[in-house]
Amino acid sequence: MTPLTVSIVAATASVALLVVVFEMIRSRRLRERYALLWLVTGVVLLFLSVWRSGLNTIAGWVGVTGYPPAVLFAVATLFILLVLLDYSTVISKLADQNTVLAQRLALLEQRLRDRA
Amino acid sequence: MVEQAEAAPRARDPRLAGLRRIAIVPAYNEEESIRRVVEEIRAFDRELEIVVVDDGSHDRTSVVAEECGAHVVTLPFNLGIGGAVQTGFRYAFDNGYRLAVRLDGDGQHDASQLDALIAPVLADEADIVVGSRFAERSGYQSSRPRRAGITILAKTVSMLVGRKVTDPTSGFQALNRHAIRLFAADYPHDIPEVEAVLLVHKHRLRMMEVPVRMRERAGGQSSIGAVFAVYYMVKVLLALFVGLFRRNVSPLEDTK
Repeated sequence: MTPLTVSIVAATASVALLVVVFEMIRSRRLRERYALLWLVTGVVLLFLSVWRSGLNTIAGWVGVTGYPPAVLFAVATLFILLVLLDYSTVISKLADQNTVLAQRLALLEQRLRDRA
Repeated sequence: MVEQAEAAPRARDPRLAGLRRIAIVPAYNEEESIRRVVEEIRAFDRELEIVVVDDGSHDRTSVVAEECGAHVVTLPFNLGIGGAVQTGFRYAFDNGYRLAVRLDGDGQHDASQLDALIAPVLADEADIVVGSRFAERSGYQSSRPRRAGITILAKTVSMLVGRKVTDPTSGFQALNRHAIRLFAADYPHDIPEVEAVLLVHKHRLRMMEVPVRMRERAGGQSSIGAVFAVYYMVKVLLALFVGLFRRNVSPLEDTK
């Protein structure tokens, strides 16, 4: 069984994550589009830390016998990987768009200079 | 459609005389339908200027729109409908238009019904008027799953603004200068209309729905697929919820 302290700390951390993400969307520092995965992460981790018998069961399924909270770490790691992967695609798209913008701007400036 | 325009012009509302007005038409890969859309708008009102915002199309949308004599703003890449429409509002703001109407580039909005949208704005009864296909349930009613999604959004939005909204996803709209100033400064991303209803409410602008009939899209493809629809519902509900706690952005100020 998961030690109660671990459950409490994990639940607190999940709630903190949710609150911080919410506040960042509210203050427009984070778009909903990029907040969704973080929110799902927070909700899943909160769920797993509060539902202690469930964590035990899942630990059994995946062959973690000694220390059920290891499943929490595994799930957290998995979600962080997902978020990172998502961000990598986002950065790639931004880089492409940035190239297009720079080219269009330079061509536009060149055309203006030619006219002057 | 052109023949209609060359027949005797219909009697225009006298309040339109000298009023600078513009139709904003967002278009993404709409080379098949954009000509008809522009011609129908011109047939409705020759003094209504038209700006087509080409949202990074891969086809000849910009070329065709320019051939038809519309002002064309071509975005360097696809911003999504929210970014495209806001470009139109910025254009309207920068160029001093007092009245703007919005029609989609796919031809589902029938320009001959613009009178109904414009009238309450001219009478100063509303700052923004939205054409609702569900207010009288006539014309194209959208596919069943989509309608179910719209119903959920309509119920949610109605609850949040404390007033019945039947078609919160409609992009068939007329707006006065107040609304143009607001949307030029702050407009939601992706698919913006639902969140915009809340935005308008929070800024205490007056919004009104009038019944319209819509058509099935004439060509091209809808921007919303099935997987995206689910994601979109979740995103919009989140945005609506967070939107309740957000501070308002100031509308752009007229300089004079």
